[in-house]
Amino acid sequence: MVRLAKWVRGSRLFFKAIALGCLLAVLVAGCEAVGVPAQEAGSEPATLVLATHDSFAVSEEVLAAFEAANNVQVQVLMLGDAGEALNKILLSKEAPLADLFFGVDNTLLSRALAAEVFVPYASPLLAQIPDELKMDPQNRLLPVDYGFVNLNADREWFAAAGLPLPQTLADLTEPAYRGLLVVPNPATSSPGLAFLLATIGTLGEEGSLEFWQALRENDLLVTDGWSDAYFSHFTVGSGGSGDRPLVLSYSTSPPADVVYAADGRSEPASVNLFLPGSAFRQVEFVGLLAGAAQPELAKKWIDFMLDLEFQSEIPLQMFVYPANPKAVLPELFVQFAQRPPDPVVVEPAAIEAHRERWVQAWVERMAR
Amino acid sequence: MLELRSIHKSFVAGHAVLRGLSLSVAAEEIVCLLGPSGCGKSTLLRIIAGLEQADRGQVLLGGREMNSQPAHQRRMGLMFQDYALFPHLTVAGNIAYGLRMQRMPAAQQRARVAELLALVELKGYEGRAVDALSGGEQQRVALARTLAPKPALLLLDEPVANLDRQLREELAGTLRRLLKQLRATALFVTHDQEEAFALADRVAVMRAGSIEQIDTPAALYQRPANTFVARFLGFQNLLPVCQDPQERSVLQTPVGEFRLCAESVAGQRLLIPPDAARLADEPPGPHAVRWVGRVVASTFRGSLVRVELLPAAGGDQPLCFELRSAGSVWPAGTELALWLDQTRLRLVAES
Amino acid sequence: MSAVWRVKRGGLAALYMLPILFLGGFYLYPLVSLLRVSFSAPDALQAVAALNSPGIWRLLWFTAWQALLSTALTVLVGLPLAALLGRFAFPGRGLLSALLTVPFVMPAVVVAPAFLALVGDEGLVTGWLQARWQLPRLEQTLGLILWVHVFYNVAIVIRTVGGVWSTLPASLAEAAAVLGARPGQVLWTVTLPLLAPSVLAASLLVFLFCFTSFGVILMLGGPRYATLEVEIYRQAVHYFNLPLAALLSLVQLFFTFSVMVLYTRLQARLSRSLRRQRLRLRSPAGLWGWLAVAAALLATFVGVFAPLVALAVRSFTLGDQGGTWVYYEALGQNLRQSAFFVPPVVAIRNSLLYALLTLAISLPLGAIAAAMLARPRTRWAAVLEPLLLLPLGTSAVTVGFGYIVAMGPLRAWPWLAPVAHSLIALPFVVRVLLPALRALDQRLREAAATLGASPWRRWWTIDAPLLARALLVGAAFAFAISLGEFGATLLIARPDWPTMPMVIYQAFSRPGLLNYGQGLAMSTLLMAVTAASALLIERLRLPGEEEF
Repeated sequence: MVRLAKWVRGSRLFFKAIALGCLLAVLVAGCEAVGVPAQEAGSEPATLVLATHDSFAVSEEVLAAFEAANNVQVQVLMLGDAGEALNKILLSKEAPLADLFFGVDNTLLSRALAAEVFVPYASPLLAQIPDELKMDPQNRLLPVDYGFVNLNADREWFAAAGLPLPQTLADLTEPAYRGLLVVPNPATSSPGLAFLLATIGTLGEEGSLEFWQALRENDLLVTDGWSDAYFSHFTVGSGGSGDRPLVLSYSTSPPADVVYAADGRSEPASVNLFLPGSAFRQVEFVGLLAGAAQPELAKKWIDFMLDLEFQSEIPLQMFVYPANPKAVLPELFVQFAQRPPDPVVVEPAAIEAHRERWVQAWVERMAR
Repeated sequence: MLELRSIHKSFVAGHAVLRGLSLSVAAEEIVCLLGPSGCGKSTLLRIIAGLEQADRGQVLLGGREMNSQPAHQRRMGLMFQDYALFPHLTVAGNIAYGLRMQRMPAAQQRARVAELLALVELKGYEGRAVDALSGGEQQRVALARTLAPKPALLLLDEPVANLDRQLREELAGTLRRLLKQLRATALFVTHDQEEAFALADRVAVMRAGSIEQIDTPAALYQRPANTFVARFLGFQNLLPVCQDPQERSVLQTPVGEFRLCAESVAGQRLLIPPDAARLADEPPGPHAVRWVGRVVASTFRGSLVRVELLPAAGGDQPLCFELRSAGSVWPAGTELALWLDQTRLRLVAES
Repeated sequence: MSAVWRVKRGGLAALYMLPILFLGGFYLYPLVSLLRVSFSAPDALQAVAALNSPGIWRLLWFTAWQALLSTALTVLVGLPLAALLGRFAFPGRGLLSALLTVPFVMPAVVVAPAFLALVGDEGLVTGWLQARWQLPRLEQTLGLILWVHVFYNVAIVIRTVGGVWSTLPASLAEAAAVLGARPGQVLWTVTLPLLAPSVLAASLLVFLFCFTSFGVILMLGGPRYATLEVEIYRQAVHYFNLPLAALLSLVQLFFTFSVMVLYTRLQARLSRSLRRQRLRLRSPAGLWGWLAVAAALLATFVGVFAPLVALAVRSFTLGDQGGTWVYYEALGQNLRQSAFFVPPVVAIRNSLLYALLTLAISLPLGAIAAAMLARPRTRWAAVLEPLLLLPLGTSAVTVGFGYIVAMGPLRAWPWLAPVAHSLIALPFVVRVLLPALRALDQRLREAAATLGASPWRRWWTIDAPLLARALLVGAAFAFAISLGEFGATLLIARPDWPTMPMVIYQAFSRPGLLNYGQGLAMSTLLMAVTAASALLIERLRLPGEEEF
């Protein structure tokens, strides 16, 4: 690099260097811009556009199988986090961004349905999906996967401290557990909101606020987002530099600690903590967009998402549970990603109607 | 008033800018440092002002050693070659700057500014922006700013160099009148000998970090100490010379023989001043000698004509003279018979 | 003859239209489209009622107040460093100046853990200090927000002010000293007034960045602090209350605009034409000089580099197993057989490609805009000056949603990214170029004209070489802005066109130490690429630059 710099300086070519670089970049950009429509035209494979949030994942093999079977190229657009992504879909109602959208969850379901951007599609595979996951009777949004937001604990930390794991939500407000819990902000993150909803579902509006205030007085740490809480503060997630052995995360986080271990461990350092009334179920849906350019291909994609091939790799691709119970769960999930016995249920309509008020009340109570 | 004792300075090791320079300036005296660019004269000025530190040597002002004093405590006025007027201040703001630093009350500041503007003939310029002034006006504002805090010593770096020729002569005169009127002690540097002669009481000719000669302008002109000084003062006719082994008062040069009493001419050159020649039929004085030359070039200069001649007797050593003008120039090739006043000839040490 | 003249005038006007068209097409049009959609919602009028709630005004007050405080602190910290880099030669000067641009590109999601690792409750520094003295905790306080704002923005002050400082004629300060001014007085009465226009320009940019601060406030301030930008995001994304979000965006724009009007007025009063000269950098004088330099370097290290170093160190040591390359190796392995896997080389290539395109857009447009603004009287200036700065003061989510509404088939176009980056880079290029352009001696251009140079050739042969330094600083900013991909929420991400920040975000969104480590490793690579680019740009020289 130094030699390059010397060459440029030596030949006094600043402008030419920059201009050349820029020109090259423009050329590449130009080729790409010309290249895309060329692929779309002709008898080449059609393009199916799938809009989704940033956490969508699929394996190369499975995606390629779908593309080959249907002579289609799948173009994926990632539109931000779940909230941003849905809003972009709603905003582009007049001129749809994509053929279908994956990533509406039950906290956003009412908003998505009310906007009338999705059209019904009764996939034959719906028969295999449990009814409790189907939340739209008109089948405009079809369940693909689900997960649970709940507390994780650092097993080794509690063992070393000689402290029993908390057993109830109320335990968390005890002095013994002071300064141990970190939670993402309900006002800015979706797991945070899920936990707030769980406490409201369990304790009622006022009871929930009192519980949160007690948590705050017990030195609760609220961070902006999930990654802050998990990586910066949770003792397990941060690789030992964090200071909080309790974190609000997902029931599928412990297996991730093994899959993505840097030291080849076979057992996760964190465990699920299913305090009664603390776990919230998030279901994710896919939907066919009104005005889709390739509605038939999009329907095939929906069937594909609900079928076993795709469903079976959901656990290790997206770290949630497949909606289709016939899908085989990996051993790690069976062992370490237990499902909570009593997840809290809050109706999507109630969430949409009260979300702002609930969050606002929480913000005011916590800032007080 | 100001005394410099063997000042040494080098910016790059082994490459001295000033080598053991000593100089003293009396109270109310105007001294000029004259020298080609790069001879270290501006550096000397900056050392006196305290903007640079000498490697060795002392700066004394009124008998007090100044070496350890920072610039802002030295009470010296330095006028910069580019004037260094503060672009964010008005004319009045510039002139009052030094007064402000002395915490002079505002009313007195205003009075002093008005006084100085009157002195430099810029009455009513207080509120003007400095970048809207002409070069001559900027020079006078810079002078007023330098004078305002009544510095013990004025230092001027090429004070009129940035101006055009006519303005330069005019302002040089004004400057000397002003400095004398204020009975100021001043040291200034220039590379222009006319400017030096017009302004200074004494002129110090500098070369490569030391002073070659210091004297009044007249004495300097009459007796340049060596060929460097002579050349720098504008003398061109500096001839290699040797004594006639028989007749020691006869000096042989490439252009002919001249009579001049001298002990020895070893390491010296003969200087013939350009105004030592006359164009006349009769010898103008008892010591005049006839010399014939052929015109190579001549330049009309109003009352004078500058001619360059080669000796008619042969040889390729030219001589330059300034002759009373006959109202025209001589075409090249014309032969001119001149009378040279031998009393004006000098022997100058070769440097 | 006159026809030719008219054509040429027309050509010039067309040239001047370019930046206006660019801003109109890629900023104003999406913005207005979003506002139109938002306010045409059936219950749009209810949003106006929200303006009566005291909460909104508290929010605006806090936003402006913290931005002002952050700006003041940044200038205070930046000025000594600008002096250091602008005036003195010392070993490692070039490297330092290049490294100072690194914080500028770091995504908040990376910076937050870096700071917490250092000064969080269990941080390296605070843990040690708090064990000895009873220090207040720094985590989730305004203090930490301010520190991080300084960390992010100090490069703006250093580069803009340092550039001007290095060209101030030394004789002015010397004249003041000889007239009896102590060093402090010289600084106060001569140097600072002369630097004022550049300090003001830098302050404005810093203020706008802090005013629209988002990630820093959220991640380091905790739930107690929120800026207008945060509230706009919350209203738009969480509650999908577009009318209120749009209204708040308008409030934000109005505020930005007012600040800019104030700025323009002040700037006009402070600007002086100043003959500039390139100074020879000096070595620090004496022991005290070197001590001062050492102190400034130490402060820079603690305040700016320590968190970054901590981050880089962690990318090699995460997980208590001593030094390891495992996270870097993991970057190159497709562990999940994911369809969206990209080798790091591709992410780096894409990021550099975007950065070069951003240069290709923002440098010429910025130069044209600056040339236009520098003309003594031009009716375009009144339109262009505020227009250029507004994107900096507009919330990212507003522009991002605007693109969705207005950009039609261009929405998912991967090359929209450099266009958006250019919106942020343009004000920098213009702010840096304008003072240099105004200080140009008009006579030089006139001399070139009499020697037969056309306007275009005049620009190329006279202005450009003389503006070399400013152009380089502008280029460095534009490059860094693009590499750091400001406003990640702005656009549609294409997994087939991943950039370094995208890889970092992806890694940080899944549990597991290997993911965290990959995020840290990619962040370290981003730092390295940024530092290397800055160093390269720093080392480039323009033809003729040595001559002055």
